[in-house]
Amino acid sequence: MTNSKPPIWRDSLFWQIATQVIAVVLAISIVVILGMNLNRNLRQLGINFGFDFLQQQASFDIGETPINYSPTDNYIRALLIGLLNSLKIAVTGIILTTIVGITAGIARLSDNWLVRNISSVYVEIFRNTPLLLQLLFWYFSVFLNFPKVDNKVSVLGVFGFSQNGIEVFGVNFSPEFATLLLGLTFYTGAFIAEIVRGGIKSVAKGQWEAGRSLGLKPGLVMRFVIFPQALRVIIPPLTSQYLNLTKNSSLAIAIGYPDVYFVASTTFNQTGKAVEVMLLIMFTYLILSLFISLMMNLLNRSVQIKER
Amino acid sequence: MNMLSWFRKNLFSTWYNGLSTIVCLIFIFWAIKNILVWSFTQAQWQVVYLNLHLFLVGRYPQVLYWRIWIVAGIITVLGLITWGVFTKHQNVIKNRFSQFIIPLLAPAWLLSFAINIWLIGGGFGLKSVSTNLWNGLLLTLLMATVSIILSFPFGVLLALGRTSKLFIIRWFSILYIEIFRGLPLIGILFLAQVMLPLFLPADLRLDRLVRGIAGLVLFSAAYMAENVRGGLQSIPRGQSEAAKALGLNTPLILIFVVLPQALRAVIPAIVGQFIGLFKDTSLLSLVGLVELTGIARTILAQPRFLGKYAEVYIFIGFVYWIFCYSMSFAARKLEKQLGN
Repeated sequence: MTNSKPPIWRDSLFWQIATQVIAVVLAISIVVILGMNLNRNLRQLGINFGFDFLQQQASFDIGETPINYSPTDNYIRALLIGLLNSLKIAVTGIILTTIVGITAGIARLSDNWLVRNISSVYVEIFRNTPLLLQLLFWYFSVFLNFPKVDNKVSVLGVFGFSQNGIEVFGVNFSPEFATLLLGLTFYTGAFIAEIVRGGIKSVAKGQWEAGRSLGLKPGLVMRFVIFPQALRVIIPPLTSQYLNLTKNSSLAIAIGYPDVYFVASTTFNQTGKAVEVMLLIMFTYLILSLFISLMMNLLNRSVQIKER
Repeated sequence: MNMLSWFRKNLFSTWYNGLSTIVCLIFIFWAIKNILVWSFTQAQWQVVYLNLHLFLVGRYPQVLYWRIWIVAGIITVLGLITWGVFTKHQNVIKNRFSQFIIPLLAPAWLLSFAINIWLIGGGFGLKSVSTNLWNGLLLTLLMATVSIILSFPFGVLLALGRTSKLFIIRWFSILYIEIFRGLPLIGILFLAQVMLPLFLPADLRLDRLVRGIAGLVLFSAAYMAENVRGGLQSIPRGQSEAAKALGLNTPLILIFVVLPQALRAVIPAIVGQFIGLFKDTSLLSLVGLVELTGIARTILAQPRFLGKYAEVYIFIGFVYWIFCYSMSFAARKLEKQLGN
């Protein structure tokens, strides 16, 4: 008679199931309530849900078009242009910021006092001010103050600076693209520098000593002994920085570079299709993020300690 | 002689070190010369000091500035006390005064927060000031603080959800975290400003500021959750098993055993996120809020100050920098204090 089961409220299994049921019910009711509100509000505004509008003529101009585009094309093509522009920024940005970040990170550990401190100053300035502000600064007080095209400034015959943007070996980058690229590169680079520094410092000192005792020069020890090991610590946070760079490229809207967010936002302004445009933006960035994570995870696997 | 050996050791130890020293010196000379020439001969700083009140509080009514001063006074006093308690005394626990003060700090901050909001906004006997007039640095600080405070509990809940053994709760948390971390912040702010009203009943109208805060919190909570999760993972299972053996139930174990240790472990990450959020409030200017960056844009739009971009952006950059740098500085100090 004392084989009594504990009362139901003392049973952890009961609580596990009950909590989950409550969570599901709550989630469903929130979604339903929000959905009903949305439905009613959209009806009041006279907007129907649907992606048909994408076939309509976009009728706005885009400053930078990697593939042919005219305002008579439809929204799909406009958004495609935006996506290509975003990819252009993300790819070049990731490459450049890696170079800047690794250089600054290694410089912070240099045994040269000046190099070390210049790098610290760079990191502290760029990390502790908003990216948006940096972009506005680059754009309005640097790029728009460049000389007119006729008397452009040429550096080493490789770079040319004018109000038309930056010219490298005859390839011209618009002021908007160049601003966004430089802004994202130096901002993200400052964070990567700290990650690289942390990664290198995490490698045991004995590894340096072992490398030196084999007769390798410091540069070679860094390249062949220290850095490959530091990569294990560096890659996961580096991935987040690449994702941040890609997402932050949406700040293009502040300086008028036509990336996917800019085009989507114009699309929303013209059509009023808030929900659909938001879904498109969400979808695009999730795909981009997943792709970057996938690539970085593959890279990560290749530097992991092989344990057999 | 001492100095000479310092130079030799730190600047000219090898030929390439010497070379980089020279390159750096040339760079520093060039940069400093240009900066000095520009700031003393070309820059027109009157755009900054003529508009100082706009940068700080925007269009807040001038006759009511005394209320802002009181707010600033309250925060300064409380901040100094907190700072003093956590840094001056090597051993916090042994000091009588600290022992007495520490439990009072959190309630004092919460109470002062409510009082400050009342002072800024008015009502209950004070002349009320519309939120449209809360601008400039005042708004930046307010938005950052409120979002940080609100995103903290949400983040902790999400982190607990994500590490929970309950399948459905875990998946809801993962879904939320991944969606909001995958979106750019400007998209989330857009969502909050434009779409939140669509999801709410038609008669419920949220203030612009509230919508801005909602956006920042939705975004920040997802990141906070991942930071806290890191802390939760760093706590050995033995801790909760020991607590269980003492007869504590799951909520009590979390509140008294696991969370305090987990949160302490991730203080640096959380402070880093606060700094990020503080900088991110600048994006509110893109959805029409007039915080520090927003007021800079309105000042630059005045015909009198057209084209003074560099002066204005350098000034507000300096303001942001002061706040962010002192936060990270304070965090490093605090970390050392709590570390042992």
